[in-house]
Amino acid sequence: MQSARDRWFPEVASPVDEIYFSSGEALGRMALSYKSLLADVYWIRAVQYFGGTRLDMKNGVMPAAGSGRSSYDLLYPLLDVTTTLDPSFNIAYRFGATFLAEGYPNGPGRPDQAVALLDKGFANNPGRWQYLYDKAFVYYWAVRDYRQAAHWFAEAAKVPNSPAWMPGLAAFMMGQGGDRRSSRFLWQQLRDTAEQQYVRENAEFHLQQLDVADVADRLTTLLKQYVSQTGEHPTSFEPLIRAGWLRGEPTDPDGVPFTIDSTTIRARLDRPSKYAPLPEEGVPSPPDSAPQQAPTR
Amino acid sequence: MNVATLRRIAFAVFRESVRDRVPYSLVGFALLVMGASYLIGQVTAGQDVKIIKDLGLAAMSIFGLFIAVFIGIGLVSKELERRSIYSVIAKPVRRSELILGKYAGLVFTIAVNVAVMTAVWYLVLGYMSWMETEAFKQSWEAPATDPRMLVAVYLIIIQLMLVIAIALFFSTFAEPLWAAVFTLALYVAGHFSADLKHFDLVVGDSPLRFITSGLYYLLPNMAMFDVKNAVVHAQPVPPAYVGLATAYGACYIAALVAAAVWIFGRRDFK
Repeated sequence: MQSARDRWFPEVASPVDEIYFSSGEALGRMALSYKSLLADVYWIRAVQYFGGTRLDMKNGVMPAAGSGRSSYDLLYPLLDVTTTLDPSFNIAYRFGATFLAEGYPNGPGRPDQAVALLDKGFANNPGRWQYLYDKAFVYYWAVRDYRQAAHWFAEAAKVPNSPAWMPGLAAFMMGQGGDRRSSRFLWQQLRDTAEQQYVRENAEFHLQQLDVADVADRLTTLLKQYVSQTGEHPTSFEPLIRAGWLRGEPTDPDGVPFTIDSTTIRARLDRPSKYAPLPEEGVPSPPDSAPQQAPTR
Repeated sequence: MNVATLRRIAFAVFRESVRDRVPYSLVGFALLVMGASYLIGQVTAGQDVKIIKDLGLAAMSIFGLFIAVFIGIGLVSKELERRSIYSVIAKPVRRSELILGKYAGLVFTIAVNVAVMTAVWYLVLGYMSWMETEAFKQSWEAPATDPRMLVAVYLIIIQLMLVIAIALFFSTFAEPLWAAVFTLALYVAGHFSADLKHFDLVVGDSPLRFITSGLYYLLPNMAMFDVKNAVVHAQPVPPAYVGLATAYGACYIAALVAAAVWIFGRRDFK
């Protein structure tokens, strides 16, 4: 009878919020002495929510209107409740901040929320230099504010037990700004020191992305040489392949081909490549595009 | 006070709790923790050990609470229901010995339950630790089988001893249903005593603040025994704090058991 009911009268997903209690303090009161366990439940919900939304984006599944999944708008509230219930929940701060700052559609593209979460973490756990380090990283990678990044690396260096390379990193950041070398250094540090596999894998992905960006730069150099030598403005790499300048069609590691922006004569990589958009070199550029307005709740 | 009599009564309570299928809670606990350890690893982004620690401590507390309340409220009322109280008090057994023996028996039952749950919990955590690589274990705040977590287990036992004393106290004069309601209400209210302490901020100079202040000192502060979050995150719990919480619990237990003995001693069973 249950199967018949499900077949004849399928449930309509109602566009209700997934977070029924947004106040961590109120939940903490109701939880009596089981706050830690409830924090774990909210953590699991946050992980599932983020993963589910990201998977939907990847598969091109459009979330229902009002479901809260179009722009990850429930991720921060879930993480906020988690860390209010358990103020020492280290990975909720670090994991949460990393993925709050991820550009849309891989994440909500909300570096401001990432910074707020890390500020909360440091206020609750003043001995953890990692939160200031992560905050500096958010400013560096997501906001492209290298001065702030250098400032927060320097602040992290002041926390007792911070690693010996931290002051050097702050100085390096102040001097180098947004070049790819400093980016590569930071991602390597994160990959080599992160406690969680997800964070290490994310850092590894960004290192691969930098490698792909290097390839795009070399292709751009080749294109410009071709244009200056032949006077032609190719719209694909076929002329370069015929002329022997390239052995085959250039692709990313997953086989997605590079294209040519004929206006700027630059090699580029577009979706569906997972490495797109590629990081820009040099001058700070605006943060990755994100939904213009988060839906109001 | 005859210690041998106390021991016999306590053992009778333990035997009866076994007959009441209390050990099934151990099976339930073991299944819960083992099942959770298998499932949780898939959905927690590497936090399965922390969650099993939280789950184990919370489950010990909750299972123990239900045993303490629902067996505690029946310690005296069952004797009355079955009319076996008459044969007991006809024997050379003092009423105080009966109450103390009942209390000791249920405490022993709870202690055995919590000890077995702790052993199962550590076994599961040990297995999870054995399955992980050394590199991954470096990221943990504390070892999976951190012996410092036993401090939380100890304070859970103290808290449950207090709950048993409350249940026993109410069972000496109230119907079982009301005894359960009062016991659970005190357990819940004991977690909000901090709000009573600061109630003067809400009511200002009203005489109500004296009542709330008095209630704050009268009600047992159940939150005092909760160090679960601290031990899971390997934060130190000072021995002085543990000593103070133990002494606090002991004072309340002594007062409640003494009150239960006094009330029971004056009941007329005719």
